[in-house]
Amino acid sequence: MPVLQNFIPNGLSKKLRSSPQCVVLGVLLLGVSLLAVPGDVIAQVDGQVVYNQWCAGCHGEDGAGAGPAANTMLPRPRDFTLALYQVRTTSSGELPTDADMLKVINEGMPGTAMPGWEGVLTEAERLALVDYLKTFSRFFQGDPPTPLDFGRATSGGADAIARGEEVYQMVECWRCHGEQGRGDGESAPTLNDDTGFPIFAADLTENWRFNGGGEVGEIYRVLRTGLDGTPMPTFSDIVDAGVITNEDLWSLAHYVRSLSPEEEPSVEEVVTAKLLTDTPLPQTVEDVVWEGTERFYVPLSGQIVVQPRWFNPRVDAVWVQAVHDGRELALLVSWGDPSESPDTLWTDFGGQVVTTMGSEDEGAATGSGTADQLVVQFPQQLSEGPERPYFLQGDIRRPAYTWTWQSDIAGAVESIARGMGTAARQPDSEQHVRATAQHADGQWKVLFVRPLDTGGAEDLALTAGQAVPMAFQAWDGDNGESGSQGAVSTWYFLVLGQPTPVAVYVAPPVALALTLLFGLLVVRQAQVRSGMWQEPDAAARAKRAAKRKQLAGMGVGVIWLGIAFGSYQNSRAGWEAGYADLGFWWAIIGGLLAIAGLGALIGTWIHTRTSK
Amino acid sequence: MIKKCGELRNTALLLGVFVIAGCGGGDGGGDAGAADTAPAESPVDAATAGNVAGMVTFSGTPPMMAEINMGSEATCAAKHSTAPTEEGFVGGENGGLANVFVYVKEGLESLSFPTPTSAVVLNQDGCTYRPHVLGAQVGQDITLRNSDGLLHNINASPTENRGFNVSQPVDMETNRSFPVAEVMIPVRCDVHGWMSSYIGVVDHPYFAVSGPDGSVSLDGLPPGDYVIEAWHEQLGTMTSNVTVTTGGTADMSFEFTEAMAGSPVPMGEPIDLLHPDGHQAVDH
Repeated sequence: MPVLQNFIPNGLSKKLRSSPQCVVLGVLLLGVSLLAVPGDVIAQVDGQVVYNQWCAGCHGEDGAGAGPAANTMLPRPRDFTLALYQVRTTSSGELPTDADMLKVINEGMPGTAMPGWEGVLTEAERLALVDYLKTFSRFFQGDPPTPLDFGRATSGGADAIARGEEVYQMVECWRCHGEQGRGDGESAPTLNDDTGFPIFAADLTENWRFNGGGEVGEIYRVLRTGLDGTPMPTFSDIVDAGVITNEDLWSLAHYVRSLSPEEEPSVEEVVTAKLLTDTPLPQTVEDVVWEGTERFYVPLSGQIVVQPRWFNPRVDAVWVQAVHDGRELALLVSWGDPSESPDTLWTDFGGQVVTTMGSEDEGAATGSGTADQLVVQFPQQLSEGPERPYFLQGDIRRPAYTWTWQSDIAGAVESIARGMGTAARQPDSEQHVRATAQHADGQWKVLFVRPLDTGGAEDLALTAGQAVPMAFQAWDGDNGESGSQGAVSTWYFLVLGQPTPVAVYVAPPVALALTLLFGLLVVRQAQVRSGMWQEPDAAARAKRAAKRKQLAGMGVGVIWLGIAFGSYQNSRAGWEAGYADLGFWWAIIGGLLAIAGLGALIGTWIHTRTSK
Repeated sequence: MIKKCGELRNTALLLGVFVIAGCGGGDGGGDAGAADTAPAESPVDAATAGNVAGMVTFSGTPPMMAEINMGSEATCAAKHSTAPTEEGFVGGENGGLANVFVYVKEGLESLSFPTPTSAVVLNQDGCTYRPHVLGAQVGQDITLRNSDGLLHNINASPTENRGFNVSQPVDMETNRSFPVAEVMIPVRCDVHGWMSSYIGVVDHPYFAVSGPDGSVSLDGLPPGDYVIEAWHEQLGTMTSNVTVTTGGTADMSFEFTEAMAGSPVPMGEPIDLLHPDGHQAVDH
């Protein structure tokens, strides 16, 4: 009764179950349920109908995971007849609970073709699916499975993460997932799932793509239960055997979580190249400048427009960083790729991938082992309007200007392309881009450097402040990718930061001076009131003066608040333009002004009230 | 309002069903239902029992087994005096064929046997499974032992039983068992792609694995007619009919041939009671 235990505290449920009152309670509840709403309100959902409409396309009507669309997918859709489920709260080899199955239907399987259905199907439909999926295997006819007791989640923090890293080394996660967790361990190229298909070791730096979820509790669950049907084993036995403690396993989960960014990266349309004024332009991928330079996340997907197509891209995203010094642009592109293709250790894996994908497209790759590749593309010419070249390396009307880097050739090549695979190398006199690359711990870093204006007639000139369309394409040769069979992005914009306008530096001191001036005025008025600046004569005059002071005080307060608002706007603009220092100082000024303004208003109010 | 009412109603319905379903279960457990139809436990009379013995041989050119490169695992490589090779085919002197699982397939239906209290051991030593082919009785503990002190995972993928995938990063032991007879259950280590093993699970004690010289015997069988099956991971299966007489030793011999290479190798076939027509055999 795992589900019951979820609803009723453990002790209570035991007590309940062993008593005759239990049955009475159940019957009563059932009775209440039947009385509460007329039966015709409940929709009778046929799980088979829902399944055949929404699931059979991939999983097949017979549930064996070989629907019409299955061939374009790796990992393949689940074969329900085997009753092997990755996402479970139960021991390795146990069946999932209904709640486990519902979780996957609701949320999908990140990093695979399986979408979440929570917003698409009604709850009744999704529950009916759970029941229907269970009819595909006789294993579900037995007793329902019991979820594991996960113990208390530990709080994270630096100590837990440090301990987790020790556990990562000790239980040898790196054998598949690699030292830095990018799925590049020595056993990674030999991994197959239970049905014999090649399977990647998860890249632990991308927790938003973890099967079963990327938060600490979900990672812990995978460590405890394993991912059945895959090479990922359970680590429950080593806790039971006392090799590590349950707390250690939680620490491991915290460590794995810490390998990914705190938030799933958001996609920004604009990549800003910061202007370097007092630092030289970085010439290597390891330059410290990159540590302080914002990273932009650019997701890629398989190229499925031009034949031959590719449905199984290894590179799911690239990270882009850019700086310039007014003369040259430096563009650093990083992405996860477990091997430096061609790597003989990965030849078999790539071959299996190509065989599994079994593309029937003309010209499709028949083997793997080509080089890794990256193409950065721009329009050959900037258009006045919103038009951009076709995202797959342009067309006849609007050619693309491309930088191509390849893992087996030093440097990069500038070309003009009029469609996928048509890139024509520009003459030597027009080759201006330099590239350096580094592959370490399952990650490529490629640095492109090019003069902003090459003077070349066919080269795109880059001007500060101008938005230049930019797109990326990447290939992993050891994954059987080459030609049009690779990963592509849509268009983004590259904007080169401009020198900060003089006004930005002048305005803050002016505002400060004004603040000071108004402040002095208020102080003086206060001193007048306290008698230090005694008016020469007469109560009537004093009354008029009081009225005047009240208006002045209120006025000053309102003006200050107005200026504070202006400072806030400046601050926001500063942050958004990537000038954190300006944003910060404007925020300080705005804050001080707001305090002063409010102070003036409240002070005047108190002052005039008491004087009455 | 109706929606809210519906939710309440569903909750009550669910609770009601759960409570009733949970009632009376207690912590008893135990599968008593099976006892009605299962044969009574019938110990074999040693005085009347006989044996079956013989040879498993191979005729033809033995396939070459690739050398395993354990360069990445110095600890394991050091445990092998000669270069380790894959174990899909292990031949011996005089044409003997090792690693053949031989068991009584038919003839014991009327008998039932107690589950042995001792465990069989599947040892991981030198990044190799010892033994490569292992037999166990239904419910009998199989001790998974790591003697290498480095990460192994033991990934069993049966079809009649539920599988498991256990990690062992240090020298340690873990027990598992299979509740249903199944010939054979493949076992692999995903960390070391060359490591594979097969476990034959039967519901009686009459099974054996041929030794390096191909000899094999099943002892203490009650007199009667039996179908004996011999299973090899690359050459498929052969059966032999034998008659065991009191105190006698019946002869069985299995001669696998070169021509059988690539024959279908049966593993436990999945049974799908609910979708008998929609069922697809799993391709091994």
